[in-house]
Amino acid sequence: MKLGFFLKEAFRAMRRNAAPSFAALAAIAVTMVVVGVFIPIVQATQGSANGVRNQVEVDVYMKTSATRAEENRVRGELLGISGVKRVVFESKAQAFAQESKSDPAAYALLSSNPLPDTFHVIPANPANALAIRSAILGHHGKLLDPAIQNVSNHTSDTKKVLEVTKLVTITAALLAVLLILASVLLVGNTIRLSLYARRREVEVMKLVGATDWFIRWPFVIEGVLVGAIGSLIALIILGVMKVALLDPLAGNWSLLHAPQTIPFLWLVVILIGAGIGVSALGSGLSLRRFLRV
Amino acid sequence: MPNSRQNSGTRRRLPASGPGQSNARASIRSERLAAPGPSARPGGGRTVVEFRSVSLRYPSGDKGLDQATFSVERGEFVFLIGSTGSGKSTVMRTLIKELEPTSGTISVAGRDLSEISRAKVPYYRRNIGMVFQDFKLLPNRTVYDNVAYALQVTGHSRREIRAKVPDILRLTGLSLKLHNYPDQLSGGEQQRVSIARAFVNHPPLLLADEPTGNLDPDTSIDIMRLLYRINRTGTTVLVASHDHAMVNRMRRRVLELSGGRIVRDEATGLYVRDESTREFAQRLRNPPQAPESL
Ligand SMILES: Nc1ncnc2c1ncn2[C@@H]1O[C@H](COP(=O)(O)OP(=O)(O)O)[C@@H](O)[C@H]1O
Ligand SMILES: [Mg+2]
Repeated sequence: MKLGFFLKEAFRAMRRNAAPSFAALAAIAVTMVVVGVFIPIVQATQGSANGVRNQVEVDVYMKTSATRAEENRVRGELLGISGVKRVVFESKAQAFAQESKSDPAAYALLSSNPLPDTFHVIPANPANALAIRSAILGHHGKLLDPAIQNVSNHTSDTKKVLEVTKLVTITAALLAVLLILASVLLVGNTIRLSLYARRREVEVMKLVGATDWFIRWPFVIEGVLVGAIGSLIALIILGVMKVALLDPLAGNWSLLHAPQTIPFLWLVVILIGAGIGVSALGSGLSLRRFLRV
Repeated sequence: MPNSRQNSGTRRRLPASGPGQSNARASIRSERLAAPGPSARPGGGRTVVEFRSVSLRYPSGDKGLDQATFSVERGEFVFLIGSTGSGKSTVMRTLIKELEPTSGTISVAGRDLSEISRAKVPYYRRNIGMVFQDFKLLPNRTVYDNVAYALQVTGHSRREIRAKVPDILRLTGLSLKLHNYPDQLSGGEQQRVSIARAFVNHPPLLLADEPTGNLDPDTSIDIMRLLYRINRTGTTVLVASHDHAMVNRMRRRVLELSGGRIVRDEATGLYVRDESTREFAQRLRNPPQAPESL
């Protein structure tokens, strides 16, 4: 019964204070559209950065004379290095098949397989790659194991990849923080303004003997409704953008190894949740100042 | 009048003239005894409002009240007069606990206001009807909803609200304006709504801070008449006003403030006991040349 009353109060407020409610609604809708566009972009950037980082590995080439027993020993030693996640063995035959696929003409000219057996050492964290490499190379040119011929040398490439992806990650995180800050400020200020317009009303309610929560509930419910409607509008805009702009492009993008982004359903849940949360909390908290009568 | 009595137990001074001079001169208490309502109930203290050496200094340094001491008995109709800035509103605002006195004690119905916690203030305020010069209606609600809000706050059921609101609107003469919004009403009508809202819970104490300050003289008389009618149901009424002429014609007890001090506490002119609200209004409109003419 009380809930019914509070709901009615909230609807009345939105109907009779259309302008401030609309401003709050617009602020939330705009913010949510920006957030909704930004989340997949950050995700995509992170995805490609991680894709690049995950390709960072250390290749260990065995001597052609290496025996099966030696290979097993080397595998054990490689796995013993700290920071190594996985060791993948690629036999010379597999390597040959792989390489000849990418350049059949060149490999057809070869009479014998020049490729060595290879261990691909995959670090748990790409940042460990260089440490793992130097551990395999050992001190003073003394390799980890005599059966090892050589270790791949992508030091400068690895460094570049790590630096660039780190920069991308930091930039994205910074932008995300700024964006969240801006949206909270925008939504919070809009709600504050709309409440300020109604502070006289709150004052009168207090003088008639209404308790703080009796006054607050309709405002919080109004916040929830404004947040929900605002996010819904944002979602409709995002949905139209996705269908009209993104999906036609996706065909082209798949050539560029389409990055994995957040499923649309999750985006919907996150946006509606954030919209409602920010709006309801903003209303409830901003009201505190006006309740001190 | 045969059963008129000397008012006892109050510190109020009666008019300077002696008792036997006119039977129109009587204490307000006897009028109260004649009226039905809560005051007729036995038990409970008679003093509704008591200020004991109350001083209040605003944070800005302005003096709001200065050692104000007075008390109001149950069922009285008291005017609080004084020029602008004399502290009338300050008295009202301390009574609804909007302001805390710097020193001294205020009791309402025997309860020390300083002992009411912040969380309990809303419940305390429901025992006091408050009427303001600027009406303070909720602009987004109709006449009906403005009055109903005071009942919704106190948790009345919808059925009770539907029973009580039309009653009080009839009493205040607003039956035809039920669905108007405040900005569709005249000043006098808005003040009637505000009085209806203040009285719908039948509080034992009604405060009115310059209720006629924004109204023309005729409308003012109507509003005073309404307040008098409410007083006749047993409600103690305290009205702040700076309209001396009106106050003198009303012939009720008058408390005068000046610079936050109580400088006068007396019944002005001749009291008229037990007059009907119509006679009351008649007298306000046409001040008698002599008391005998009544
Ligand atoms: N909010 C306030 N802040 C500072 N001073 C105030 C405030 N309200 C009233 N005063 C001062 O307190 C005194 C009494 O004011 P008030 O009670 O409003 O007088 P009245 O209602 O009789 O006109 C005045 O001197 C006024 O300037
Ligand atoms: Mg005043």
